[in-house]
Amino acid sequence: MATRYFGEPIKRNEDPRLLKGEALFVDDVHLPEMLHAAFLRSDYAHARLKGIDVSAALEHEGVVAVYTADDLGDYWQPGPLLVPPPPVERLTFHQRTQVPLAKDKLRHVGEPIAVVVATSRYIAEDALQDIELDVEPLTPVVGLESALESDAALVHDGLDSNLAAHVIQEKGDYAAIRAKAEVLIKRQFVYDHGAAAAMENRGVVADWDSKAQQLKIWDTTQAPIPIRNGLAAMLGLSESQVQVIAPFLGGGFGPKIMMFYPEEVVVPWIAKQLGRPVKWIEDRQENFFATTHERSQIHDSEIALSKDGRILGVSDTFLHDTGAYAPYGLTVPINSQCTLLGPYDVPHYYSEFKAVFTNTVIVTPYRGAGRQHGVFVMERLLDIAAKELAIDRVEIRKRNYLKPDQFPHNHEIIYQDFAPLIYDSGNYLPALERAAEMIDYDNFIKTEQPQLMKQGKCVGLGIVSYVEGTGIGPYEGARVKVDASGKINVATGVGTQGQGHFTSFAQIVAEQLGVDIEHIRVVTGDTSEFGWGCGTFASRGAVVAGNAIHAAAVRVRKKVLKHASEHLEAAEEDLVLEGGKAFVKDVPTKSVSLGELAQMSNPLRGAVKPGSEPGLEATDYFGPERGATASGVHAMIVEIDPETMMLEIKKYIVVHDCGKVINPMILEGQIQGGVAQGIGNAFYEELVYDDDGQLTNASFMDYLIPTANDVPTVESDHVETPSPLNPLGVKGAGEAGAIPVGPLFAQAIEDALSGFNLEILKIPVSPGKLFELLQESGDGAQ
Amino acid sequence: MNVCVTVNGKVYERVVEPRLLLSDFLRHELNLTGTHVGCEQGVCGACTVLLNGDPVRSCLIFAVQAHEQEIMTVEGLAPAGTDKLHPLQEAFRDAHGLQCGFCTPGFLLTLLPFIEENPNPTEQEIREALSGNLCRCTGYQNIVKAVKLAVETAERGE
Repeated sequence: MATRYFGEPIKRNEDPRLLKGEALFVDDVHLPEMLHAAFLRSDYAHARLKGIDVSAALEHEGVVAVYTADDLGDYWQPGPLLVPPPPVERLTFHQRTQVPLAKDKLRHVGEPIAVVVATSRYIAEDALQDIELDVEPLTPVVGLESALESDAALVHDGLDSNLAAHVIQEKGDYAAIRAKAEVLIKRQFVYDHGAAAAMENRGVVADWDSKAQQLKIWDTTQAPIPIRNGLAAMLGLSESQVQVIAPFLGGGFGPKIMMFYPEEVVVPWIAKQLGRPVKWIEDRQENFFATTHERSQIHDSEIALSKDGRILGVSDTFLHDTGAYAPYGLTVPINSQCTLLGPYDVPHYYSEFKAVFTNTVIVTPYRGAGRQHGVFVMERLLDIAAKELAIDRVEIRKRNYLKPDQFPHNHEIIYQDFAPLIYDSGNYLPALERAAEMIDYDNFIKTEQPQLMKQGKCVGLGIVSYVEGTGIGPYEGARVKVDASGKINVATGVGTQGQGHFTSFAQIVAEQLGVDIEHIRVVTGDTSEFGWGCGTFASRGAVVAGNAIHAAAVRVRKKVLKHASEHLEAAEEDLVLEGGKAFVKDVPTKSVSLGELAQMSNPLRGAVKPGSEPGLEATDYFGPERGATASGVHAMIVEIDPETMMLEIKKYIVVHDCGKVINPMILEGQIQGGVAQGIGNAFYEELVYDDDGQLTNASFMDYLIPTANDVPTVESDHVETPSPLNPLGVKGAGEAGAIPVGPLFAQAIEDALSGFNLEILKIPVSPGKLFELLQESGDGAQ
Repeated sequence: MNVCVTVNGKVYERVVEPRLLLSDFLRHELNLTGTHVGCEQGVCGACTVLLNGDPVRSCLIFAVQAHEQEIMTVEGLAPAGTDKLHPLQEAFRDAHGLQCGFCTPGFLLTLLPFIEENPNPTEQEIREALSGNLCRCTGYQNIVKAVKLAVETAERGE
């Protein structure tokens, strides 16, 4: 057997550059004559903008230009609707998208109003303070329920209400089954997700070369190709005149796939106007106000069960905060709606949501992208049902899991990719059993916990399940080429933000061509290297780009074998590709290097045979008909200090199934990082808006990202149920770690405080909130 | 104002505004862009450099305050002119202690003096040492592992 690459924990190709500080991030781009932009942003959540006077700002030494909405002329257009509403019959959608610079009305704190361009960022920021605004404050729309009241102020004047969308999806007949149900459990749940807070803020550098008529843009985007296509169209340029580079990105997690941010639209336009390179780099405070969030949903939910704990049906009606605009369509609430069903057999489902405009930052997907909200509802309903029916919480999950013979499983509703929600494959029981074994479930609840409780310790266990729709279409592509040096070049259109694509994609190619991964150069996120594709989102890089790369590599392998067979005068099936060479099986001396073959296939004299192509290169694409459904179980043991309500995680287990694994080391890293973000979401992080629509904790001093002291060691294991929907059998894993942590915390905390009559129906919790909950429950904390 | 600093053993002299942050000075005046800026509020630690051997947040110091002092940035870690990494960098690679790599330079420079001063740290001591630096990708687990690995390597005298 030749050396294996696929499935091995190979060290990352990209690390040396990152570790030495040599990797290029957008803010590292320095160009001669470069100017710097700073944006004036709204201090008001909701206001009429009656006038802007920039004359004093223009007087500043070093200021080159100041622009407002009026200066943009016809270039001023509301942004495109990135994701139109899916083809759901009962659906209303009111399209309102963000604008490059605010005109007439200000709709959230942080909305850009004007931009100063100066010789340094320091000067540009100085001059911002000299811009005079004439503003009439309006009543801010904050809070989901009040936003829909009939006398609420309107975020968008042209609409009758703040309703952004109304969607009903249904499977079976919940009302009928409800009437027959032996047990009904009804609760209201609130789930709040926060800021992605990638360590690198956003940034754009644009350089217009008027002699070459070329626009070059460095952008912290997860979707360089759609950005290129969109900007070319907006600026009246050919797509081949615009190059967008998403170099190394300091984390993405979703908000960097929002398109088009106002700054992304305005900075290239300015560079073209002024004929000089322009850089804008977001600062951390701007990141809180100007980069999209995910936030809250309020769910009114009911589960109907039989006495033995079998789910008969679920009904869920929720409100979703979409912020001031909804450029990302319904992706987040549709994900909530669909992911709620989890790994369970739910014969009847009624789901209705209203998306609501508010005077807050725009909501778009952030790692998990609404899935957390749905998973929280379902897992909590099952926990409460288990308690009421006196069924063990692991047992109630087992009873309701979809069985292996129920796949593919059609949930009969439409998913975010516009395809029916059909789970491709799954085998849920082994993961649950493995997680229970790893956390020592039986021993803990029967022996250990009662003993510790007797000693006055508040210890509890949580164990929850989830699924994650991953790897959705439409498609990605890739080109694989053998250089004359024998090195391999791989180019694909997705951007990369730390997922290890330079290594995992190389492993896919190495597996086909038998070349060590350090000889494989992967380029992602440069539109001049590969111009077709969509972007990095929905845990789809490995699935969609990975399979495109695989397809291209398979084609190159065929070419290599054909040329080698001719050259070595041996049958293709007798050839082995290894160590950068093709050789005859059992006769390793009879060999030719891939580099030599590349040269021979691209001769300077002689002929390339009619019907064949020069070189060892192939381009291919992969478009899945629908997403691949990954799944998993998280389990945790916590101890709560009854004095401070601070929580300590004693043990954390993840058992998950993302099909075939390309690089287990990278996968573990994704899981661990996801769990850390999930812990932040569950216990530390919350975007707190006051009634005036001011975000009151817009800094890392107040918005608490977990530190090394807050995140435990995660022990993990894998179950492997390959996806039948792609040749590599892979499923996405990028979001898995983050998704079920909220309900896990809720269950474990309730368990640890089982002496109190406590129900956790809201995420995030925090020590302060726990204390309040205990006060409300009447028992009070010690 | 005139500022003269030694960075990674090389002397630089520039005339700068008194308000210029050390982080901006390193990145934009000296083109040492390995030092990253994550918050400009002194919280995230991405911009950590060594000032006379001590880790400091370069976003909280003016360039002129570093006048006639010695700075080390991430570019000064690996032996110059080779493909080699510093053993701490090597440990980060071996343990998969970085993902997007944006916060990594700050972690490396926080850890360098820590490891020198604590040749046998416990896991809790390592976590305490890391707790002033934010990472959004790794969940810290593999950074802790990298530190342990670096300490073991140093112990073996490699």
